[in-house]
Amino acid sequence: MQRILIIGATSAIAQEVARLFAEKGNRIFLAGRNPDKLSILANDLSLRGAIQVEKGLFEATDFDSHPRLIEESFNSLGGLDTVLIAFGTLADQKKCEGSVEETLREISINELSILSLLTLLANRFEKQKSGTIAVLSSVAGDRGRKSNYVYGSAKSAVTTFLQGLRNRLSSSRIHIMTIKPGFVDTPMTASFKKGFLWATPESVAKTIIKGIEKKKDVLYTPFFWRAIMIIIRSFPERLFKKMNL
Amino acid sequence: MSYRSWGGTKTAVQRVIPLYWEQEPFPDTEGKLALPFGNGRSYGDSCLNDGGVLLDTRHLDHFLSFDRKTGILRCEAGTLLSEILSFTVPQGWFLPVTPGTKYVTLGGAIANDVHGKNHHRSGTFGCHILRFEILRSDNSRILCSPSDNKDFFSATIGGLGLTGVILWAEIALKAISSPFIQSETVRFGNLDEFFSLSRESDRDYEYTVSWIDCLVHGKNLGRGIFIRGNHAPPLPPPTNFSSSRNIRNFPFSPPFSLVNTLSLRAFNTMYYRKQIRKRSKRLEPYDPFFYPLDGISHWNRMYGRKGFYQYQCVIPEEESEFPVRELLTEIARSGQGSFLAVLKHFGNIPSPGILSFPRPGITLALDFPNRGEKTLSLFSRLDEIVASAKGAVYPAKDARMSSKSYQQFFPRWQEFLRFKDPGLSSDFWKRVTKGDECNAY
Ligand SMILES: Cc1cc2nc3c(=O)[nH]c(=O)nc-3n(C[C@H](O)[C@H](O)[C@H](O)COP(=O)(O)OP(=O)(O)OC[C@H]3O[C@@H](n4cnc5c(N)ncnc54)[C@H](O)[C@@H]3O)c2cc1C
Ligand SMILES: NC(=O)c1ccc[n+]([C@@H]2O[C@H](COP(=O)([O-])OP(=O)(O)OC[C@H]3O[C@@H](n4cnc5c(N)ncnc54)[C@H](OP(=O)(O)O)[C@@H]3O)[C@@H](O)[C@H]2O)c1
Repeated sequence: MQRILIIGATSAIAQEVARLFAEKGNRIFLAGRNPDKLSILANDLSLRGAIQVEKGLFEATDFDSHPRLIEESFNSLGGLDTVLIAFGTLADQKKCEGSVEETLREISINELSILSLLTLLANRFEKQKSGTIAVLSSVAGDRGRKSNYVYGSAKSAVTTFLQGLRNRLSSSRIHIMTIKPGFVDTPMTASFKKGFLWATPESVAKTIIKGIEKKKDVLYTPFFWRAIMIIIRSFPERLFKKMNL
Repeated sequence: MSYRSWGGTKTAVQRVIPLYWEQEPFPDTEGKLALPFGNGRSYGDSCLNDGGVLLDTRHLDHFLSFDRKTGILRCEAGTLLSEILSFTVPQGWFLPVTPGTKYVTLGGAIANDVHGKNHHRSGTFGCHILRFEILRSDNSRILCSPSDNKDFFSATIGGLGLTGVILWAEIALKAISSPFIQSETVRFGNLDEFFSLSRESDRDYEYTVSWIDCLVHGKNLGRGIFIRGNHAPPLPPPTNFSSSRNIRNFPFSPPFSLVNTLSLRAFNTMYYRKQIRKRSKRLEPYDPFFYPLDGISHWNRMYGRKGFYQYQCVIPEEESEFPVRELLTEIARSGQGSFLAVLKHFGNIPSPGILSFPRPGITLALDFPNRGEKTLSLFSRLDEIVASAKGAVYPAKDARMSSKSYQQFFPRWQEFLRFKDPGLSSDFWKRVTKGDECNAY
């Protein structure tokens, strides 16, 4: 039995991870900003086998509420073994280019709020000397591209922050997992045309659970994105800057 | 994710809008007509909407409540029957009615008021639905049950997705004491034997169905295998049994159909001979008993790129023998039928939907590789036999019946128009109403 906190629990990917956790009879705390969605999820997960499901309201940009959320989840589950951070927004790149305010808002949701949560969680986990912190970053953070570099740079910062944290907490036996999905068919990408590279949230969730069990450091999911990103990263900047990506 | 129908004879270009949460308003379709889409297990065009919008309901798949004592389950309409079974069978509850594949959604099963091998005992799927909520294109929501908004209740069951999006439904499950079925297969030599076996079996067996070889003429016309079963009493499961079946996949659509007359004849002969003994009994898990075809995912691809049709009709109880014989003779003569020929007796429990297909009588269903005009003209001849027997053809399987035939088979269609959502339509509906809908208002 594990005690699991999912921040951004209504995300399509997080929901599928939560179902797998529920089927194994774990205790789960769901944090999200929409109480109606949280209630539906909580019912679903209890029926699927979770032995305890709690919910808490969470708005990423309300930084002052972060310590309270972690405290609350810790207390109601009697401790935390695993945390999954899953919320995010796919920034509208064009809009960001025309607006500092929009750019900062996206950075605030996708980067700053996660760094805030990680800072708080790291200190707690460092003391307890066990547990897993898994965070949804993205392949988009592996290289900046004109079509989504605001989102990409936020993910990149999260990835780098996690690297550092992993290094700092390895002696405390804390498992830090950076999850880098490729294209996943979720509400975030509802307006995209889907092709053969697209994965389902169910299949991505399975790899996340496996990754947590195997204590993977960096999880590309589906696995072939590791190879794709090696190629993408290998282009010299001199060529890359001219590409239409 | 593809948005096609199972038979693959019809294609449609449509914008897809996935629905994720039941609380959310009806999406903006930019003035286009929309259609709820379940899991695309309908064969023809009832789940297609060319030039319009499909509302993908598969993500509406949360369980909402389950009473382990009464077996009443409430869940969102995009939940697959397979997901319901994996959840409830370990707790001793089974679907009260199930079609021949478990990969259909709860909403799709209601919208076609599907039937199963226990129709003679339990009626249609809709008979076990206690209530549901629909979301209309004007953003209104209607809670429907046999006591609240009962007119919308009976319009939506079998309502082909046209009265609104079913968001969730409550279904009364059936208690079982084991996940096994005690089944028996009996070989029969002709149609007369089928009718007497059917009468006899309906008395003692909850589930009955038969497979017939529709390529033979003459005195062997209608020879086949009768399959009947009951839920097994609590028993220790056999030790060598593994509940997870190996699912094989048909990997691609060959450019031509693998189902030609030769391979069919060989298959049918083998299938019949395989039952060497006249009768054989066994204890089997529910999965292969109810869903023999689900063992090969995408088996529909073996018909090649042109796809295939399924023809399913019902011939009313009184004097059903002669028209059934006529249908089989016509099919045997054409040499076009395939090994999926199913014959089953529908009992007399009334179907709850205004447009439900099942009615007391004999239902016949078989697949046909798409041979174009040749196949379509055979179907027209079959339609005539069905029409003169006052029967009906099943919309869930249909891709071609004429508006004239439809309106004859479903005389209450105009009554249905009062409940139809003006923001919804389907290729099937456009075809079978041919604009008559406007005149009827
Ligand atoms: C191998 C196989 C065996 C079959 N055996 C049987 C059988 O034994 N008995 C039988 O009756 N049928 C049988 N069928 C047909 C199948 O059960 C029906 O076509 C069923 O309706 C398919 O459900 P679906 O979820 O795939 O829906 P779709 O095919 O996607 O849609 C079917 C209809 O339901 C509507 N719909 C779907 N979801 C909703 C919703 N949430 N709200 C409102 N409307 C909705 C659609 O608009 C459409 O009109 C079989 C099909 C196959 C492929
Ligand atoms: N989908 C992909 O292709 C893909 C690829 C790579 C990485 N990812 C990452 O995977 C994670 C999960 O995304 P998903 O694809 O599952 O998308 P999703 O279903 O759209 O989920 C996004 C989630 O973020 C929440 N959220 C957004 N803004 C928030 C805010 N200000 N405060 C609190 N919560 C907020 C949403 O809450 P509401 O439900 O209340 O709106 C929702 O739960 C994200 O971090 C995403 O960047 C996704």
